[in-house]
Amino acid sequence: MSEAELATWTAILAAMVRAATPLVFAAIGELVTERAGVLNLGIEGMMLMGAVSAFGAAHFGLGYTMAIAVGMLVSVMMSLLFAFLALGLRANQVACGLALTIFGVGLSAFVGKNLVGTPVQPLPALEIPLLSDIPLIGQGLFAHDILVYTSILSVVAVSWVLFRSRVGLILRAVGENHDAAHAIGYGVLKVRCFAVMFGGAMCGLAGAYLSLAYTPMWVENMSSGRGWIALALVVFATWRPARALLGAYLFGGVTILQLHAQNWGVPVPSQIMAMLPYLATIIVLVLISRDETKIKLNAPACLGKVFHSGR
Amino acid sequence: MLLRLENRAEPSRLMVFVAPLLAIAATVVAGGILFAALGFEPFGALHMFFIEPISSMYGISEWLLKATPLALIAVALAVGFRGNVWNIGAEGQLVMGAVFAGGTALALYEVEGFWVMPLVLIMGMIGGSLYAAVPAFLRTRFHANEILTSLMLNYVAVLFLSWLVHGPWRSPEGYNFPESRMFTDSALLPALMEDTRLHVGALLAPVAAVVSWIIVSRTFLGFQIKVIGMTPAAGSYAGFGTNRAIWFSLMYAGALAGLAGAMEICGPIGQLVPTVSPGYGYTAIIAAFLGRLHPVGIILASLLLAQTYMGGDNTQIGLGIPLAVTQVFQGMILFFLLAADVLIRYRVRFDRRTRRVEAA
Amino acid sequence: MAMTRRTTLAAAFGLAFSAMVGTAQAADPLKVGFVYVGPIGDHGYSYQHNEGRLAVEKHFGDKVKTTFVENVPEGADAERVIRKLAATGHDLIFSTSFGFMNPTVKVAKRFPKVKFEHATGYKRDKNLSTYMARFYEARYASGVAAGRLTKSNKLGYIGAFPIPEVVRGANAYLLGARSVNPDVTLNVVWANTWYDPGKEREAAEALMAQGVDVMAQHTDSAAPVQAAEEKGIWAIGQASDMSKFGPKSHLTAIIDDWSPYYIRRVQMVMDGTWESSDTWHGFDDNMVALADFNPAAPEAVKNETLAVVEQIRTHKLHPFHGPIKDQSGKVVVKEGETMTDAQLLGMDFFVEGVVGSIPK
Repeated sequence: MSEAELATWTAILAAMVRAATPLVFAAIGELVTERAGVLNLGIEGMMLMGAVSAFGAAHFGLGYTMAIAVGMLVSVMMSLLFAFLALGLRANQVACGLALTIFGVGLSAFVGKNLVGTPVQPLPALEIPLLSDIPLIGQGLFAHDILVYTSILSVVAVSWVLFRSRVGLILRAVGENHDAAHAIGYGVLKVRCFAVMFGGAMCGLAGAYLSLAYTPMWVENMSSGRGWIALALVVFATWRPARALLGAYLFGGVTILQLHAQNWGVPVPSQIMAMLPYLATIIVLVLISRDETKIKLNAPACLGKVFHSGR
Repeated sequence: MLLRLENRAEPSRLMVFVAPLLAIAATVVAGGILFAALGFEPFGALHMFFIEPISSMYGISEWLLKATPLALIAVALAVGFRGNVWNIGAEGQLVMGAVFAGGTALALYEVEGFWVMPLVLIMGMIGGSLYAAVPAFLRTRFHANEILTSLMLNYVAVLFLSWLVHGPWRSPEGYNFPESRMFTDSALLPALMEDTRLHVGALLAPVAAVVSWIIVSRTFLGFQIKVIGMTPAAGSYAGFGTNRAIWFSLMYAGALAGLAGAMEICGPIGQLVPTVSPGYGYTAIIAAFLGRLHPVGIILASLLLAQTYMGGDNTQIGLGIPLAVTQVFQGMILFFLLAADVLIRYRVRFDRRTRRVEAA
Repeated sequence: MAMTRRTTLAAAFGLAFSAMVGTAQAADPLKVGFVYVGPIGDHGYSYQHNEGRLAVEKHFGDKVKTTFVENVPEGADAERVIRKLAATGHDLIFSTSFGFMNPTVKVAKRFPKVKFEHATGYKRDKNLSTYMARFYEARYASGVAAGRLTKSNKLGYIGAFPIPEVVRGANAYLLGARSVNPDVTLNVVWANTWYDPGKEREAAEALMAQGVDVMAQHTDSAAPVQAAEEKGIWAIGQASDMSKFGPKSHLTAIIDDWSPYYIRRVQMVMDGTWESSDTWHGFDDNMVALADFNPAAPEAVKNETLAVVEQIRTHKLHPFHGPIKDQSGKVVVKEGETMTDAQLLGMDFFVEGVVGSIPK
């Protein structure tokens, strides 16, 4: 590989990681929510509220840490609204989630009106010593801002908690069979409420990443449907955190590659090229889904179902 | 004091009617407060939002026109949702229906004949259901979850249409702008009311609602779908073909979404353009659940949703209320309606004695 | 919001009714309506049109009343919104996106007394004008600066969609660059969106990885300028001055300035001199401008660019003056010839030196 080629591939790798990071956050949050048996389609609305409030906080002089915390907090408040309706009042989860998205798109646009057209300093990159000097992957993987590393750590942490801790066991039990979990004495709604809040917090991180690090600005509807991709990635991951990460990187990677390929002289219209990330995700899902037993074991059996404590 | 929900033995008939009224009352009060708090005239805003858009025959015609695709798609989606077939791909199926219908209309450019328009609509249905067959095939053959496949195919369909209108199908007289030729009259849907855009296709929405109701309530297939929806395991023990239910649910929804797409381009739009739908395929999901998956409920929900979009335009024009505010208001309406549902299925008790957490 | 807060109930109803009937007092302000395709918070195309609207309000004070509808989808909804504006007493309506062309034509036929103006289209009528800005002039001039400043001789261009408007801009940009530096090539990447900061950033990163050292864009957000700032290369902004987003990288920007046109057309309606016309102006009418140059930009480059601006403004130089070759090296405009407006309008080829393709 020539030096120029190496630089190109390094840049592709780095761009892939950055493009995937908001998807990782949102997908991991939704994954935990769904593992507890709740389907929250309000990802997009929560992300946008996270993005606008984190940006606003940074704009008005709070430090990055505080700004990110504000983004998460506001997102959690949005998720509590969902929890109140879908868990507290047992309203339909799908419709509540979609309503939350409409609400969040509007509310973020409204509160962010005066933030349009103002910049903030982007979140600084932190090069990890030694690792960032490795050719190709050094600058590709180890020279990002703190949120990128956080996204990867969150995957590890969630994996551990879900599969290695008591909390994870309870969470999965609630998602698999809420009646049984209730019979054993677990607080089904409490667990679900925390899972929804965790999902909200992660969407807040996704939003904060967009408005503080990836494209440090606020414009209306800046998540542009990434919440929906995150939702698809949870399914893609068959509800396993590590696979969600891989899925996000696959999606991000193909997105970046098709932009490059447009200039490689491939005689394919750009619209067809732009289909590739979606098609690639479908194809890989088909490949990993062929074994039926694996899928069945992973999808939370009570996903989207209302829990009646009285029974 | 704790709020406690008690299951009702069966849904309250009274509350089916009272709950939406309460929701509307709450919406009016909360909406009034919202508008007033932002410095807008609350009564004017509410009137402008709810009443004014439908206070003329023309307004009503536009209202029905807007609700038609929502209702068509939502009644079909609801059939699948009953059987836990999560088709999120109605938007793509709508677009593909428009592509098939538009391609037919362009191929029959300047061809006269009473059969042209029906053929175009049928091609739309075929296009939509073929596109829905993809997730059905991937689900039944490879167990690939249809939430992902159908959702991803939405983006693919939109890009495919974009390529067609930017490339091979763009109008030869259109200075290479991204649009097809305007269809000739033989492919266009005749108007129902003079001087309006409401077309005969709007009559198909109630027809689709009736057909969907018959499928769900009066056919064995509908019974199967409902059983699968309640307990997937029971379905397979009883020897039901889950696959049959999946294929049918998806292709039926695809056909009606495709029909909706065909009717948009052969009705109000009159040509193929890059944007044939402002997200009807997604909004229809809300309509389906807001209408509690029942055809009558869905038609009412579609009318309500259509009306909120028109109300949003209206308050922008009439009172200068930003779109963002009306979106917040729209979200509130949905929240209230969904929350009010609780009264139908549960008794709300104020519990003073026990300190038991409701979930425990 | 410029609305005054009214608190009495009587005033409330008065407002609601007057809005319904469409105010008919004596000294009526001229009502001017605007239809935007995006949200005004996009800080791009729709934002600039809204700036034009605000300029109208500022210029005429209470002699005008302006309204706008944002985020109007380019499908069936556009006609309803435009018709609503026409029916509510608006005297002049600007529909600001290409996709509103046919809806505007239809409504204009129905409301012969209302005056319509459609941006970037080509269909006119007695009461329907078209207007557009010659952005390619500014593209050409900025290309001169880019051609001087590039060290890698590779320029980058993020296009939204392969439509003539964007193709024309990219071509003019490269022709400008090649007029001072014949070795320059231009990589064009299609983002397939007008407005998605993340995607625009990804496109910018792809271009930078290919060795591009001056970035230009025909999409709405400032994300490419930010990406260039981080990488330490020059960038040319779009629609408005984006220097806040790239203090070091922002070389200049192609500014859409609709205010002079809007003010002039409103004045004409007031004076009764409004006629249907086709306006396509550039530097000569200040519809297009270059933003202030970055203080760090070499003085010589700035002066050379401004000299080119002056030549274009005074019609001494036309960016599309032959000889011009297409990508395959075939001569499409002969020496001494200049492309006609009709040819410019429908441009569907890339000039020699562009790396990228247009779907056919």
